[in-house]
Amino acid sequence: MVVHAEIRMVHRGGSKINFREPVITHDSRFLLCAAGESVNVYSTSTEEYVHDLQGHTDLVTGVVLNPSNHLQVYSCSADGTVRLWDFTDAILIKTFIIGYPIYSIYVSEKHGGVVFLVVPMANYKSSELFQLVAVHLPHSGDQEVEARELSAVLCDVSHHPGAASFGREGEYIAAVKGLQLEVFFFKKQKSYRFSLKSGMKKGAKNAFTCVSCHPKEDCIATGHEDGKIRMWRNFNQKKEYTYSTLHWHHGAVNTLCFTPEGTNLLSGGIESVLVHWHYTQENQKDFLPRLGAAITHIAVSPDGSLFCTSHSDNKITIIQSCVKVSAVIQGLVKGDGVWTNLIIDPRSKALVLNGKPGHLQFYSLHHDKQLYNLDIVQQEYIHEEGLDQFEVVKAAFDARGDWLATVEERRKKGAELEINLKLWAYDELTQSFVLNTTVTAPHEDRITAMFFSPSPETTMLVTTSLDGHFKAWLLADHSDANEGFWACDFVGGYHLLKPGCCSFSADGSLLSVGFQEVVTVWSPASWELLTTLSQPPGAIRDLCFGRLSCSKYLLGASTKNQLCCWNLLTCSLEWSTPMDVSLLQTDPLSENIAAFCSQSGSSDLFVFKPSEPRPLYSQKALCTGKVQHAVFAPRDQMLESCEERTQWLNRSQLYFLTQHMDLLTFSTKTEEDRLLASSKQLMVDDSVAVTPFYLLLGKHRGQQLEKQEALTNPMAERTQLPQGSIAIKELLHTPAHVLPSASFLCAMFVRSLLISSSSAREEKEHEEGEMEREKEEEDSEGEADPRLGESATWGHPEEFGAPALTKAQERELRKVRTFDHSWLSSLLDC
Amino acid sequence: MASFKSTKIPIYPKLGEKVTPDTLYWKNYKAPVQIKEFGAVTSIDFSSLAPHNYAVTASTRIHIYGPFSTEPVKTFTRFKDTAYSGKFRSDGQLLVAGCEDSVVRLFDVSGKVALRVFKGHTKGVHVTDFTSDCYHILTGSDDYTCRLWDIPNSTELTSYKEHTDYIRCGTTSKLNRDIFITGSYDHTLRVFDARVEKSVMTMDHSQPVESVLLYPSEGLLVSAGGRYVKVWDLLKGGQPLVSLKNHHKTVTCLSLSSNGQRLLSASLDRHVKIYNTTNYKVVHNFDYAASILSLALAPDDESIVVGMTNGVLSIKHRKSPEEKREMVGKQRMQPVYRIFVKGRNYVPKKDDFLVSKPVKSHLAKYDKQLKKFNISKALDTALESWRRNRKPEITVAVMKELDRRGTLKNALAGRDEQNLSQLLNFLIGNVVDPRFTPVLVTATEMILDIYQAVVGQSSVVDRQLVRLQELVEREVDYQQDLLEVLGMLDTLFATSLPRKEVPCPGSSRPNGLAEGSLGAPGPQLQAA
Repeated sequence: MVVHAEIRMVHRGGSKINFREPVITHDSRFLLCAAGESVNVYSTSTEEYVHDLQGHTDLVTGVVLNPSNHLQVYSCSADGTVRLWDFTDAILIKTFIIGYPIYSIYVSEKHGGVVFLVVPMANYKSSELFQLVAVHLPHSGDQEVEARELSAVLCDVSHHPGAASFGREGEYIAAVKGLQLEVFFFKKQKSYRFSLKSGMKKGAKNAFTCVSCHPKEDCIATGHEDGKIRMWRNFNQKKEYTYSTLHWHHGAVNTLCFTPEGTNLLSGGIESVLVHWHYTQENQKDFLPRLGAAITHIAVSPDGSLFCTSHSDNKITIIQSCVKVSAVIQGLVKGDGVWTNLIIDPRSKALVLNGKPGHLQFYSLHHDKQLYNLDIVQQEYIHEEGLDQFEVVKAAFDARGDWLATVEERRKKGAELEINLKLWAYDELTQSFVLNTTVTAPHEDRITAMFFSPSPETTMLVTTSLDGHFKAWLLADHSDANEGFWACDFVGGYHLLKPGCCSFSADGSLLSVGFQEVVTVWSPASWELLTTLSQPPGAIRDLCFGRLSCSKYLLGASTKNQLCCWNLLTCSLEWSTPMDVSLLQTDPLSENIAAFCSQSGSSDLFVFKPSEPRPLYSQKALCTGKVQHAVFAPRDQMLESCEERTQWLNRSQLYFLTQHMDLLTFSTKTEEDRLLASSKQLMVDDSVAVTPFYLLLGKHRGQQLEKQEALTNPMAERTQLPQGSIAIKELLHTPAHVLPSASFLCAMFVRSLLISSSSAREEKEHEEGEMEREKEEEDSEGEADPRLGESATWGHPEEFGAPALTKAQERELRKVRTFDHSWLSSLLDC
Repeated sequence: MASFKSTKIPIYPKLGEKVTPDTLYWKNYKAPVQIKEFGAVTSIDFSSLAPHNYAVTASTRIHIYGPFSTEPVKTFTRFKDTAYSGKFRSDGQLLVAGCEDSVVRLFDVSGKVALRVFKGHTKGVHVTDFTSDCYHILTGSDDYTCRLWDIPNSTELTSYKEHTDYIRCGTTSKLNRDIFITGSYDHTLRVFDARVEKSVMTMDHSQPVESVLLYPSEGLLVSAGGRYVKVWDLLKGGQPLVSLKNHHKTVTCLSLSSNGQRLLSASLDRHVKIYNTTNYKVVHNFDYAASILSLALAPDDESIVVGMTNGVLSIKHRKSPEEKREMVGKQRMQPVYRIFVKGRNYVPKKDDFLVSKPVKSHLAKYDKQLKKFNISKALDTALESWRRNRKPEITVAVMKELDRRGTLKNALAGRDEQNLSQLLNFLIGNVVDPRFTPVLVTATEMILDIYQAVVGQSSVVDRQLVRLQELVEREVDYQQDLLEVLGMLDTLFATSLPRKEVPCPGSSRPNGLAEGSLGAPGPQLQAA
């Protein structure tokens, strides 16, 4: 994908983590899942990303644990290789080159050194026929091994990874496709086929969707499209097989999984309910409802304590002992489509777009992690196909991020459109948005554009709709005790033409609304129509004002391959150029404007300043299909690139979504170098999951270490930590029941850790002396303390030369001495 | 794992007046006591003496009522013709009244026969009042004159003939015994000083003046006439301060609330309006059954007495604080407070280990059914009679939710006659409510689809269907009329708006038509 010497287009974030079944390691500490071209390792306890296994050059299509070594994992990919990894240290151990794109991988303990792969049939390369092959992985010391000895096991199998499963102790393998279940016995080298009727009566759809074999008994569970689960038994004869049917799901069964002991069967489908069937009492079942989205895969940890389910909204849920969701790993949700534009939240700098149905997701671009989902529709989502659901179609933030406006709509077949406009206020206390106003049916037809005024004085929202009006909404002044709400301030129109887009100037003093071929410019202060501009033919598709030094320009893209630039001072056309612009996007931090043009099936990008004739950057054939959504995200650290071609990327980064819902961005070489360096810095002890807390603590510790090193010379004696002192060691190792109460010891212990402001050496000695004295006193009877005189030299000089003391007096004195007099010495120092 | 999201019940903005301290204050009166008099009640005057009796002038009598009596404590009937303007002296001992037969009578409140009779006017006397020194009487008459009389000698002191029409209102200054003000049907208000031969100030109300009122400070004068209430600044030589036009018929009477902060005006349009005297905005409004001729407030606003043209006297007493408290006490729920808070206010001690109990979210009954996908039961629950009648928005919201789930048809189907007639009743009651129309029209169509096969089997259902049809037809007609009105208004607005040319530089470029059309903000009505 390298296109230019310096500027590269890179995938950014949001790879699909629900593409294949995740794997939980033997010790249940890590979860591995295929994510795009790498395998991601997550911690099961903290749901944090630990590291990834990089090396494949195409989509990873399967991950399985090595049955002979539980610290290793096999992964297969569409690039035709199987790789063996040490996942704890992210080391690639071996690469086996198969030579065909691989669609899924199966292993069994009984078949050591053999992996079973689903590859396309050799003789029909282009067709959609797949076969299951066994591959002996050769033992050799090389990093890269060719393994081209494929022996076909089953022909004509489904490429879906859930459509095949190993039976009891790897004796047989069951595969389903269409209306057929095929079981291959390795011992007999023989396969049986069982067919079901297509059975259209009573709406039954008998086609198989998935299969799972009981680990201890001869039983195969198959899922069907009509929601039935069949339990096949006695299938080692062709004739006398039996099956029983379980039915709960109302949609297709997406996935089935037996627990390792075979006591339970788990199934999931579109209902997003995890169903937990008891193997022995089949009519008994438990449910775990409302998991958020359709279940696509289920995996169980080898010890059976953790389940994890993958969901269609790019999420992996980890469930503890079948009852409690303990962690959720959420990737960038890519639903059926993105209707809102890509937006940057001014507060969190997160990317905001459609998430789960009826939600907005806040996605941190820097951490490639979903921050949170905001429920916009606030209705129970019914998981059923063919329902018209509410969808969030527009969203906008005001300049400071205090307000969020959303539009949701639901179009019923042959019925009225339902639209709601919602305004959300940011709540500092809960750090999230709270619903302030709901406007039902703000317009009579679809809303085409919605923007907040960028001016800091007034918060004003403008919506344009196909009903021929644009409306301005203002926050009504809150003279009452409760906070204000939003109300319509102005309704404008222009000759009953339909407004398609609108834009505010950078200071909010002008509003331009595109009414088909005519651009109208309004003053939001007085709602006067200032001027109209038009350049027929072609309706206006997108409008934007120039910024900073180019703020006198207004750009409009029309449907008839025209990009126009008007000068607002003279109200005349400055320039126009034939371009089929699908999207105009302004950089909020500079004068630059990015225009995406679609040309002969692919998209081109031009970055330019309205005042300059030559574009700053142009990129032909960016990707196939139209680019519909793009956004400039401000960088948290400015780049200092002086090269002309990369300068436009200095302050902000351009993200865009292609038709295939890939989130791409541009990166420069300097940036990549920096990233590489920082990733090296962040190498941490991976025995512990990397949590933000860990990083914080680690950083803090590192600083402490540095500080100590810096102060080595003057503090030589102090490097020894308090644990080193014998007294404390003794204290810690004495059994608790012989020690005095903790509250008694605590004050003493804490005092021993205090750093007095007097010179370190004396302090140290004093402490040690004190400790020993304590011990002596516990032992009772005092012989003369060898250091007594020494410590007294600074504490009580007048004590010198005192005549022999009585025992009682001596004890008195000692008591006095045990008090800390360091404050006195600090006074003397001053 | 998210929890069940309950059905959203939309909150519709409450129409009507907002609750302000004023509405609370003025609503705090008991239901009115009504007394039928012999004729239109033209004047009501409260005595300033302790029990605060009031004199009601109606027809040829003056009744004096006690503060809580419904029977007159005293009646003066010695009038030959219609009596007017019965007024108490400030000490409450004497009462003066005019009469259509031009004689002014002075009564002792405890006596029956007139103490003094003042003759001199040639036509009916509508205005009488005592001056602040209690020794003189002011009268104003339909013979265009106003006169001052001496009580001890029962002689006429002065006569002013400056007005050119009937004098129908007047008042004396409470601070100066020589100053009084009269208002007349010649549209003027005149201020007289008894020490001077002529009027000292004239103000033009530009409507026949029906009532005048002096503020306690006597710096401001209020006059009512025609549909207007006007306030004049006397200290600035009679400069008009405000002109209020809140009634749509002649304003007949004015009054001030006891603390002087609120001004009340009564009118023939059957309303009493209450104004704030700082900004002169209407803060409250009373409705009465007939046109109002007279209005008076008891000291401390203890009661509001209104006299109407049909001879009905309406008295509203203020609720006493005890009664108010009693009302609140009755509304309190039965279970004892102690049981509710049992253990709630327990403060954990230092070493206690806290086990947090998960907060159990309460779901409404219909939500519980929806959660279990029991759609018919959910609809049944939502259609329970109290909910259907008192909170139709809940029923409609549940229907909407079922429609969203695509199961409304199933929920509506399979109902027996009683159930169906219940449902139809609900539709008849609410389908034309603009808040509910979009949802209920869908439901109605579904019901018609489902039950068209059984039409004609039940007379109850058939009758309801016919009613529903009539209702919808009537509503469609209404909507059509409204759209016509809207069209007319649009034309009017379009002609009244000034046409403004938009600057259009560069005449070479065809710039289209240049004025924007301004739609009326506000909800647009839609045809059902």
